[in-house]
Amino acid sequence: MLSPAILIPAIINGLLIGAIYALIALGLTLIYGVLHIINFAHGALLSAALFAAFFAFRLLGLDPYVSVFLLAPAFFTLGYVLQRFIIGPASHGDDRNMLLVTLGLAVIIENALLYAFRADTRTIDVPYAFQTINLGFTFLAVPRVVGFCAVFAVAFALWVIMTFTDTGRAIRAVAKEKLGAQLAGIDVAHVYAVTFGLGTACVAIAACLLIPTYYVNPRVGDAFVLVAFTIVVLGGMGSVPGALVGALLIGVAESLSGLFLGESLGQIGIFLIFIVVLLVRPSGLFGARA
Amino acid sequence: MPKQGKLSRRQFLATTALGAAAAATGSVAMPSVLRAQGAPVKLGVLHPVTGALSYSGQQGRLGATLAIEEINAAGGVKGLGKIDAVLGDAQSTPDGGTAEVEKMNSADVCCIVGGYASNICLATTQAAARYELPYVVDVGVADGIVTRGLKNTFRFGPGFGVISKTALANLAAINEQAGKPAKTVMIVHEDSLFGSGLAKLLNAQLPQQGFEILETIPHPTPTRDFNNVVLKIKAQNPDLIIPANYYNEYVLLARTMQQQQVKPKGIYSVLGGAASSYKFVKEFPEAARYIMDCNHWFDPRNEKALALKKKVESKDQFYTYEVYMNYSCVYLVADALERAGSANRAKLTDALASSTFAGHVMPYGPTKFVNGQNEGAAPVNTQVLDNDIKVILPSGFANAKPVFPRPA
Repeated sequence: MLSPAILIPAIINGLLIGAIYALIALGLTLIYGVLHIINFAHGALLSAALFAAFFAFRLLGLDPYVSVFLLAPAFFTLGYVLQRFIIGPASHGDDRNMLLVTLGLAVIIENALLYAFRADTRTIDVPYAFQTINLGFTFLAVPRVVGFCAVFAVAFALWVIMTFTDTGRAIRAVAKEKLGAQLAGIDVAHVYAVTFGLGTACVAIAACLLIPTYYVNPRVGDAFVLVAFTIVVLGGMGSVPGALVGALLIGVAESLSGLFLGESLGQIGIFLIFIVVLLVRPSGLFGARA
Repeated sequence: MPKQGKLSRRQFLATTALGAAAAATGSVAMPSVLRAQGAPVKLGVLHPVTGALSYSGQQGRLGATLAIEEINAAGGVKGLGKIDAVLGDAQSTPDGGTAEVEKMNSADVCCIVGGYASNICLATTQAAARYELPYVVDVGVADGIVTRGLKNTFRFGPGFGVISKTALANLAAINEQAGKPAKTVMIVHEDSLFGSGLAKLLNAQLPQQGFEILETIPHPTPTRDFNNVVLKIKAQNPDLIIPANYYNEYVLLARTMQQQQVKPKGIYSVLGGAASSYKFVKEFPEAARYIMDCNHWFDPRNEKALALKKKVESKDQFYTYEVYMNYSCVYLVADALERAGSANRAKLTDALASSTFAGHVMPYGPTKFVNGQNEGAAPVNTQVLDNDIKVILPSGFANAKPVFPRPA
């Protein structure tokens, strides 16, 4: 039953799905690292992005791997506007308020999607959706492999932005010491909004990588966000490498516990790891900064 | 003492209250007076049009309203006039459904059609029974719905017991006919009442039919990834796979199997989430090919059913079982209203109980209710052939022969 012929493909599947989790978790951890809020609207924004990718394909005929170059900037702008003109002003400088505002946004976005597109589940059919790479002992789905590579490209790009650009430096400064950054002349409201925009853009990219093999309905984002939140805690709140490593770990843990314990209990593995990490290393794997 | 000729506050209140009461009773009594003169007959149309079941609910509402539109366009119910639909949303919960029954009762409907999900139907039929309000269940397959002795409750479609029995008998027959190529089975089911209940039943009865069950794999709803399930299937290589899950998971499983090049001799489902859905066949013809299902289905030889199919498709909607079952239920009620000659609830209940209605679009034959269950109701076996869904059993309604085992 548990021959390597099953075990190895299961681990590879875990890594591939973990990469998509990583991208969603990256957005969440970025926003947490800088704004110090859990963005409850993350799942709803993922659903919205999936719908955007779906309609870009259906109405404009744009392949998701092409529309990602439109949707990422569009969702960056959306995130920027949401934070700058809604979440920021409505929270009156109190983090707890921000939390509630994002929760409210999640409810509004989800129901707006439900109203506009109904609860119908939709899928797109792209020619490469069923293409596989034959490794001899297993088949790798092409869209999953593309997703895996794209996630590392995005993570690298984020690292470059954070390390070498003025914006990145400003974001790091605000994350470390908000008041100090303000005194040094950094526009904190702008940096907050840029960070939120980057987090939202990550979600849009994740949506474009998911839609070729996945489906979209107004509530689909929820399934991913609980996992992403676990990853953020596991990797260390606010840590980008933590999110990456954490996501791959979680992906494999979910895959293996699904295999050993049955799919219904697949998520037990995730939450067992979660609890152990909280007990043994509460700051997470890479959580020194947080 | 108030002076003569001048109204005191108390007197004023007393008289106006009386007046209001009189007016209120008057207005309650009024519709029945008016109805006799051809005012609309109010019919409750109750579905879960929001929440988790909203797609099915909206399809159900579509079927019911199409029937009402047709009846009204033809002049309404003979002798009673047009039907006025009172639409309700059960919000995908039993509580939501019960609240709507209360509202519909106050709106003075003569009957309610719908409910869709078993748990909603269980609650709504009971709520309606308190007002002796006739209730026609459209889908709700749980057998508890009609075994509680509620006089007001009528189920037009088949129940779970009949469906699973037919499904197993037909599976054995199809396998027999093909020379028994299938010996081993794997069951993949969602882990709530519907999937688990079915898996339990199959585990008890499949061995009696000569099948060996290699493994039963449960999974939650929603499941994001079926790769591991398919790996297990691949490792054990069963002849037959029986999925019992809802639409999204069904599609994801079928697509993953296609992707991992798992090709069993057959995929056979019972009330399969997507197996007899035109949406699935249209969107993923490759993954859907040769899948068999035992499910609710229209009579493919019925002209009216085909005309309705055209009509629904011209509205850019899929012709799903919710549509034609509700469509048929409304016609069933209209027929009973006509025979009762009145929208009186007791008379309508009697007319439904004695119904022999045959003008529906289902492969059921004339309607005959025994303890509220339509005895003629039965599921059929379908198979995805030539990018279409064909009926393969029972032979009386079939428009194709089963293709099993599926060609390589």
